[in-house]
Amino acid sequence: MQPLTLGKVAVRCGILAVVLFVVVVIALKFGAVPVSLYGLAKDLLGVLIGRSSEISSEYGMIIREIRLPRIALGIFVGASLSVAGTSFQALLRNPLADPYVLGVSFGASVGSILALITEPHLSLRPEIAAVFTPLGGFLGATLTIAVVYLLGRYHGEVDSKTLLLSGVIAGSFLSAIIMLFMTMLPSSNTRGMAYWLMGDLGTPTLPLLNWILRTGFFAGFALIYLTASDLNLLIAGEKEAMHLGVDVKKVQLVVYLAASVLTGLAVSVSGSIGYVGLIVPHVMRMIFGTDYRMLLPASAFGGAIAVVIADTAARTVAAPSELPVGAITAIAGAPLFIYLLRRRLA
Amino acid sequence: MSAVRDSVVERGAPDGSRMNADVRLSIEQVSYAYSPNPSQAPIFTLEATSFQVRAGEIVAILGPNASGKSTVLRLIAGALQPLSGRILLNGSETHSMEPRTRAQRIAMVQQESQLLFPARVWEFVLQGRHPHGKSLRFETENDVKIAKNALGQVGAHQLMDRWMDQISGGEKQRVILARALAQQPVLLLLDEPTLHLDIGAQVDFLHTLRKLTVANKYAVVIVTHELNLAGEYADQVVLMQKGKCLRVGTPASVYQRDLLEQVFQTQLTVEQRVNGRPRVNVLESSEETK
Repeated sequence: MQPLTLGKVAVRCGILAVVLFVVVVIALKFGAVPVSLYGLAKDLLGVLIGRSSEISSEYGMIIREIRLPRIALGIFVGASLSVAGTSFQALLRNPLADPYVLGVSFGASVGSILALITEPHLSLRPEIAAVFTPLGGFLGATLTIAVVYLLGRYHGEVDSKTLLLSGVIAGSFLSAIIMLFMTMLPSSNTRGMAYWLMGDLGTPTLPLLNWILRTGFFAGFALIYLTASDLNLLIAGEKEAMHLGVDVKKVQLVVYLAASVLTGLAVSVSGSIGYVGLIVPHVMRMIFGTDYRMLLPASAFGGAIAVVIADTAARTVAAPSELPVGAITAIAGAPLFIYLLRRRLA
Repeated sequence: MSAVRDSVVERGAPDGSRMNADVRLSIEQVSYAYSPNPSQAPIFTLEATSFQVRAGEIVAILGPNASGKSTVLRLIAGALQPLSGRILLNGSETHSMEPRTRAQRIAMVQQESQLLFPARVWEFVLQGRHPHGKSLRFETENDVKIAKNALGQVGAHQLMDRWMDQISGGEKQRVILARALAQQPVLLLLDEPTLHLDIGAQVDFLHTLRKLTVANKYAVVIVTHELNLAGEYADQVVLMQKGKCLRVGTPASVYQRDLLEQVFQTQLTVEQRVNGRPRVNVLESSEETK
């Protein structure tokens, strides 16, 4: 009997942070301009520990202005989607729940697009205009998961297969809406169809929006993490959790809203990157076990690592042209989904 | 072991002299109505029900399907709010307790736990420490000690490192009981705990429960179909039919042939055994009960 301790969680997170750092250095190296891996790692470490504030000037501009922001975006988008997926899995008691599979990402896309369309007509103050798109994404995500959940309920019980089907149908419906928008509207202010349907980290984000994404991630993660031990019990069923002292309604509401915030934020800056919330928690469960107090931070790091790797592949495999990052995650994620579904049915 | 058994039998015998001291749980004129749609007439009603449970005592709620047994249990557990009347555990209403406080005092043993992801037996038992933990509830040395002790008390210490989905039904039921003990409750509620067990495992389980109830002074309420097991192990039985509480008393006083035949709609005989416990024999079923 060796229960999980805070120390164990910290050590494992430290290891994952090192892996993330290595992945980031390698991802920074890839691109049109060659960069020395050793010099890069040394410079980055220097910046991280505060010894120097400069990356070598030969490639500094490219690293600072182009590759690093994109990687940073990938880190927070990946972590958000993965933590959202892990949370939805506990909330819906379904290991296949993922923002993309359940159509929630498309809901967030529709919300974000509507916000992008209406924003210029509202003459908002810049601070409010900056939160307008993520707010739209959040509302879209919240509404979609509510609808999918209600459709998946049958006689007061959530049926796993009905829930997944409802999610797939909702996703298909919402992606048709996205296509409708994309066809009818000028592409200048709404980005492109591939962006919303497959996800893309190539669109630069405003500093304010970046700040919102990061703050939102930490706030959402903290809220969900505080319920981690309740989620361990909620997975066994609402009644059982209640008898073990979980305030079921409160925990469900907090996690539902926080996971919708994470999904809405991520989608509003990167579109619908699929399957991250499915692949990463699954791999992390295999490595670290099912305890949410370990699984949630592990999923955050794992999501960051996975999306940075996928985006590096998206930038380089078909260079000089780029794939949407969601194409890479779907190629890896869809087969895994099928495998997990078959195993559950068996 | 035999000493324990003897003392159990002795104190379980009918005893009119017990006073109201030591009452842990008191169900006072509790009624409840359930309707799926508030504008319609309720499809199930529970009429005023009263009984009391003392420390160290097992009370069994008996009755056919849809008699309201489980509703009474859920009302006691605080999961449902009574329409009228009160349910007091050591003087506080169970429904208005905070979920955490309630779980520190009341533990529920349900038929089977559905696990989405595999868990070890020790992890499962440690869940019982959840209501006692701090905010992130990382388990302490003390929690581990209590969980180990709980497993020992139900005689399942050797199962500690096994997976929950790889132990037998009887073993699993003991582990679920151990988790309830780890909550260190004053009131133990059990919903058909022996339903899927073979007869040997049923007797084992109830014998362990009897022993622990006396040793730890739990108040125990158990819902069951098993007339004979309830007759053997319960100090009091509450007989229910169609949302009505018909009779409360010792098994010997409640197990009347006419009454049981009418409630369970089958022909049977009741014999009083030398230990003061009744035994019910169901006769060959008549045409209409088939």
